[in-house]
Amino acid sequence: MTLGNTIKISLINILKNKTRSLLTALGIIIGVGSVIVMVGIGTGSQEKIKNEIASMGTNLIMVFAGGQRSGHGVSQGAGTSVGLSLKDVERLRREGTWIQAISPFVTSNAQVIYSRNNWRTSIQGVSAEYQAIRNYNLSSGAFFQDTDVAGSRSLAVAGQTIVNELMPYEDPLGKQIRIANIPFTIIGVLESKGSSGFGRDEDDMILIPYTTAMNKLTGTTYLRSIYISTTSAGKIEAQQNQITAILREQHRLKPDDEDDFRVGTQTEITERADSIGSTLTLLLGSIAAVSLLVGGIGIMNIMLVSVKERTREIGIRMAVGAKGSNVLLQFLIEAFVLSMLGGIIGIAVSFLIAFILNTFTELTVVIEWSIVSLAFIFSGSVGIFFGFYPAKKAAELNPIDALRYE
Amino acid sequence: MAHIIKLREACKVYRLGDISVEALKKVDLDIDKGEFTAVMGSSGSGKSTLMNILGCLDTVTSGDYFLDGQNVNSLSKDEYAEIRNKKIGFVFQGFNLLPRTTALENVELPLFYSRHINKNDYNSLARNALIRVGLEDRMHHEPNKLSGGQQQRVAIARALVNNPAMILADEPTGNLDTATSLDILSIFQELNAQGITVILVTHEPDIAKYAGRIITLRDGIILSDEKTGDTCNAGEDRKRMLTKRLKEAI
Repeated sequence: MTLGNTIKISLINILKNKTRSLLTALGIIIGVGSVIVMVGIGTGSQEKIKNEIASMGTNLIMVFAGGQRSGHGVSQGAGTSVGLSLKDVERLRREGTWIQAISPFVTSNAQVIYSRNNWRTSIQGVSAEYQAIRNYNLSSGAFFQDTDVAGSRSLAVAGQTIVNELMPYEDPLGKQIRIANIPFTIIGVLESKGSSGFGRDEDDMILIPYTTAMNKLTGTTYLRSIYISTTSAGKIEAQQNQITAILREQHRLKPDDEDDFRVGTQTEITERADSIGSTLTLLLGSIAAVSLLVGGIGIMNIMLVSVKERTREIGIRMAVGAKGSNVLLQFLIEAFVLSMLGGIIGIAVSFLIAFILNTFTELTVVIEWSIVSLAFIFSGSVGIFFGFYPAKKAAELNPIDALRYE
Repeated sequence: MAHIIKLREACKVYRLGDISVEALKKVDLDIDKGEFTAVMGSSGSGKSTLMNILGCLDTVTSGDYFLDGQNVNSLSKDEYAEIRNKKIGFVFQGFNLLPRTTALENVELPLFYSRHINKNDYNSLARNALIRVGLEDRMHHEPNKLSGGQQQRVAIARALVNNPAMILADEPTGNLDTATSLDILSIFQELNAQGITVILVTHEPDIAKYAGRIITLRDGIILSDEKTGDTCNAGEDRKRMLTKRLKEAI
């Protein structure tokens, strides 16, 4: 008895029961398909978030206020303390070796009114350099200039959502809107960035000169954060350290004081988003893996029934000379081939679903070959693992009883 | 002549809980090469047990069994399977063909499990066996497209295909009408005439009388063992019967 013969017998049996074979493999088909698609969705959104972080700007460093422990040891959230001021910005601009552009950042939420429409949005006060730092492109109009900032002029650069909500059918340039009852003129509209991977609408905001924001809107002298871009990517870490040193000096912190600010880089955010994304992928993947497991149990179930149903056949085979190992191998190969078949069909189905999702929905499904091969190998192992018990039962049958079995 | 089968003080005891049943009690039996033997007995006589032991499907509790000169008592399960494959051809009452499998494929089945036969010879060997039982025009039919007699011929071809030392037939005519039974018996007689050892297990004297030797079992011992000098010819009997029926019908 050669292995080739056993494989042939198994294949013949699978082909003779096409419907049953397909139903048996269905669990594996769904399992493999969902593993690949789920992990693909996880990977897809991870990449989407990464791209968004990359599009936040080039060589970006952000300095957030806060991070200091108060005297009672209560840690304040970033941005909640009053640690950053325009003096910090000036000093960094003067002393920062690799700073290409720098912008203060203040923000508050306010009601925006145009004609009979109104909309609550985030008002962000920034400098003229902010456009370069964040890689913002304008779909129409222009960004405000340094002179506008210096003069605290009431100019606004609106996100696409603002235009859609307030004046969908008009040319927004030159239109007067009221932000917290203060009149502003729209001089530019930002190109749409779409919603971010974090679920926030990146177009739902208005940029105004930080001077205007601090004087007329928030009335504070403190900054929420400072945005900095460095001259090159290689200098980010050095600049980050320098900024820390400068600010510690500026804030007169003693050597054993903790920072009352936090310096963050894009890399850090990317890493954090990556770990969140990996968790998401793992979660989706493990849910799908459970269905693969259920598929395996399905195979075991059908194989057990099949062994029972074919007891007589097993008896005949044993009577004409099949050894226990021949019978074991036959049923094991049947289970293996069935689950591999399910795996192949599952992969095909997952490609189809990925195509449909990518084409017709906003989801991005990225199928990685490593996952495909892993799912394929896993489906084969599931077949062997769950096929073993029924195959062993078949091999252990007594030929006399098996022949008499009705 | 060489003994194909040599049983010495063969005992078989079945234990069912506390009760033990002696199915065979110190049976001595020799069967020569080329003999056509019928094993007779009512149910419970031990003939099924004997046949299972002769067919290497079961082992003796005590005693010795030599098959084709080889003591098979101490063999493993796998070695038993190999002996069944090489030396024994089974024919069962219920035909026991694989469903949805053509006659040719059914006959090829023992070859699949044989280590000594070349793959390329499967087809020709199976064809030859089917030709020997007169089924050359039914090779690609599946069992459910064949009559009972034809199915039993396929089973005989399957028993023949590995060129075994003996054919072991367990009530081969039990599911067949008289005319077909005679037909099957005539095939056994023909094969026997070609030198094949045939052992036929039956409870019907009408069937047993076509064998050259009749062994009768009762309660696990051999009651009688007689050679019938003048054996009936199943083929001629069948012709005679059919002619008689035809006449009656007219």
